[in-house]
Amino acid sequence: MSAVLDLDTTTNAPPPASRARRVMPGFGLTLGYSVAWLSLIVLIPLAGVFIKTSELGFDGLLRVWTDARVLAALQLSFGTAFVAGAFNALAGTLVAWVLVRYEFPGRRMIDGLIDLPFALPTAVAGIALTALYAGNGWVGQWLTPLGIKVAYAPLGIIVALVFVGLPFVVRTLQPVLAEARVELEEAAATLGATRLQTLRKVLLPTLYPAMLTGFALAFARGVGEYGSVIFIAGNLPRVTEIAPLLIVIKLEEFDYAGATAVAAAMLLLSFVLLFAINLLQAFAARRAGRVR
Amino acid sequence: MNNLIRRIALAALALASFSAVAKDIELLNVSYDPTREFYREVNTAFAAQWQRDHGDAVRVQTSHGGSGKQARAVIDGLGADVVTLALAFDIDAIVDKAKLLPPDWQKRLPHNSAPYTSTIVLLVRKGNPKGIKDWGDLVKPGVSVITPNPKTSGGARWNHLAAYAYALKNNGGDVAQAKAFLAALYRNVPVLDTGARGATTTFAQRGIGDVLLAWENEAFLAQQELGPDQFEIIVPSLSILAEPPVALVDRNVDRRGTRKVAEAYLAFLYSPEGQRLAAKHYYRPREPQHAAAADVARFPTLELVTIDGAFGSWAKAQAEHFADGGIFDQIYAPR
Amino acid sequence: MNRSTSSPTTEPRWLRRLLIGAALAFIAFFLLLPLAAVFVEALRHGLDAYLNALREPDALAALKLTLLVAGIAVPLNLVFGVSAAWLISKHDFRGKALLVTLIDLPFSVSPVVSGLVYVLVFGAQGWFGPWLIEHDIRIIFAVPGLVLATVFVTFPFVARELIPLMQEQGRDDELAALTLGASGFQTFLRVTLPNIRFGLLYGVLLCNARAIGEFGAVSVVSGHIRGLTNTLPLHVEILYNEYDFVSAFAVATLLAMLALLTLGLKALLEWRHGHQLAARARH
Repeated sequence: MSAVLDLDTTTNAPPPASRARRVMPGFGLTLGYSVAWLSLIVLIPLAGVFIKTSELGFDGLLRVWTDARVLAALQLSFGTAFVAGAFNALAGTLVAWVLVRYEFPGRRMIDGLIDLPFALPTAVAGIALTALYAGNGWVGQWLTPLGIKVAYAPLGIIVALVFVGLPFVVRTLQPVLAEARVELEEAAATLGATRLQTLRKVLLPTLYPAMLTGFALAFARGVGEYGSVIFIAGNLPRVTEIAPLLIVIKLEEFDYAGATAVAAAMLLLSFVLLFAINLLQAFAARRAGRVR
Repeated sequence: MNNLIRRIALAALALASFSAVAKDIELLNVSYDPTREFYREVNTAFAAQWQRDHGDAVRVQTSHGGSGKQARAVIDGLGADVVTLALAFDIDAIVDKAKLLPPDWQKRLPHNSAPYTSTIVLLVRKGNPKGIKDWGDLVKPGVSVITPNPKTSGGARWNHLAAYAYALKNNGGDVAQAKAFLAALYRNVPVLDTGARGATTTFAQRGIGDVLLAWENEAFLAQQELGPDQFEIIVPSLSILAEPPVALVDRNVDRRGTRKVAEAYLAFLYSPEGQRLAAKHYYRPREPQHAAAADVARFPTLELVTIDGAFGSWAKAQAEHFADGGIFDQIYAPR
Repeated sequence: MNRSTSSPTTEPRWLRRLLIGAALAFIAFFLLLPLAAVFVEALRHGLDAYLNALREPDALAALKLTLLVAGIAVPLNLVFGVSAAWLISKHDFRGKALLVTLIDLPFSVSPVVSGLVYVLVFGAQGWFGPWLIEHDIRIIFAVPGLVLATVFVTFPFVARELIPLMQEQGRDDELAALTLGASGFQTFLRVTLPNIRFGLLYGVLLCNARAIGEFGAVSVVSGHIRGLTNTLPLHVEILYNEYDFVSAFAVATLLAMLALLTLGLKALLEWRHGHQLAARARH
């Protein structure tokens, strides 16, 4: 990898599409394949949600969307997912940094454990976390006297979502940190920058896009999470009832259209948020390119 | 990497072809949660009987889950030969949405198509520290009650209706007061699990709550499985006669050619052997004379109201209490 | 990476220790404790009870089914991931942010919904349901449904891992190779692939781990028939609901160990090829 300057010209201001298409091969093939597969697996089945929802008509849809209980559930799901995602973005970055940059006993083992939340079925995670944080659990028994209620409270939902979302942030940041060129930091140091300045001005800007991606993924995953949350949440309507549970409840009432209406609301909200984050990320990536 | 993919693909193919052998008579019984232990024994006993009488090997597969969820799976195409669910409403839904069996299904078998019954009892911790004797004690301040969410659990609907029936009776039929009673009861519920089994675990394993509203058979089973010296069953003054119905899924058995076996399977539930097994697994048999006397002696006698007697029908009870905007939703509406 | 860099590119020792300590404490609370709880519960009645739970035929059937489903779903997503990452990182086109967002979408779709969408399409009351029943083709409540739900849930993993990495690497290497006369496919195989193999491996491992552990979506399309359509996670739930907590957690440890095994493989690869990868990263 040479020519840092060259890199600047390609990422800084995107060149006219025609030029890139002419030089880089595989545009048509990868575009065609990616879009076709995406449509087949994701978009067409998801369209089913909206088509089913349309059975309600506009008034019916509005009635579901403005129902106080639905609103409370959506607020809870998005709120807890946001907090858990933000917490993960910070804690996850710390973990990724420590794992990539520092040498300490057990590093490899810890590194391996990061993916555990992916592999452990969410139901098992929910059961294990509930066992830990319930009033009679290993952790819960110390928190209860302090007046902190984790299981069967919104805090429990956040704990479950932190668990579920952690690998997203760490695994997004690790490769970027590993690829980040130490030479740049060395150069900055040679030019007289303090370590803090180097971190802030040289390293962090290259990390922002990945941190944002990690946050977005953890957040998005948290919004829809069901398996682990229902065990620890308590599921009281308006207090700890998450939106996915409301979907299940509507399905149990054989109210498919109502269920898909809630699902559609979640999808639209997630989509808008993710899209905004992706734009932000593209912006951060461009800025990172300029800094270099 | 290429090699690895090829190897994975080969392994996948090998597995796929491997799993597509074995052809005997297979029967699928789609049931609800608390019947696992019971049907495991019924399936073995029925297979032995069928083999003895007809020479064919029958393998009965069972699928368990929340009653409503299971009904939905059948509606969406799960190929059940028979359904054995928690309440008639769920089988009505299969009739309604997928027309897989005739609307008069409940008349086709004796006793409202329910070969066994159960009721709702109160499970408390050893020594009954809160002194709970009846439904009325559940609304006292400081009593914590565990019951699943009636929107997602069939058992929880029986709990809800039993409490309501008690309140109606004690208030001389005053609906407003009965609703207030239920509202007070649900105020004492700290956790609404999605299923009966989840609620039992919350109560028994997590140590949450002073009393668990449960199926009688579940209460017995929980007592046996989770510690006989930890829990006590309290029999309320009045409860509800829970009739978990069974039915043949006509469209499925005719398509698969399994009608004869499926009919025999359901008949087996009414047979002396089926009745004996039901009582053994804490279900009240319709014909107690076939069950072991010791098993029958476990069932206390108490006043039981029926769905049809107290609420008209399941469809009416469902619409009034559990449908969107029904009594359960009103209880949780902002005050 | 050079870990023995001199002081200008690392932090003072006390700060390093503090950061490591904070990270470890976080990991301990959120990962190690739940994992320990699973193993403690699984071994509550001793090793024999534990091993018996794993030897049960239904557990073995569930294991086979889980591996089969992951074995089909992961390669499908691998191909898609590489294709999408190439498209997004090496080309500029209108609607790129939209495409990236759409790829992420399955993450934000509740597992409950990701199962439901296939029920809406292939279920008996769905678009193709009647046709499928007529031709006796089973998708929902059979292996194809499980694979579809798993592909959906793990859809973005490989792509998501590769996109930031390939963006970070830019296009210079490929442009150089192309200028020197390499074909597009040669460029990908000889230049891009070696550069991204680490990320690719991460992606595949994540995808695999998630495919094995998925619960919510497969639960909707499985039908829960013991020994037939029960994957390991669903089997855990069944056992748990039978009050057979030891077996439930024993099977859960199996899943945890499957994850640790794939991660061990990753560590091995890193160890054997680490110096090459590191060398490449520095040039």
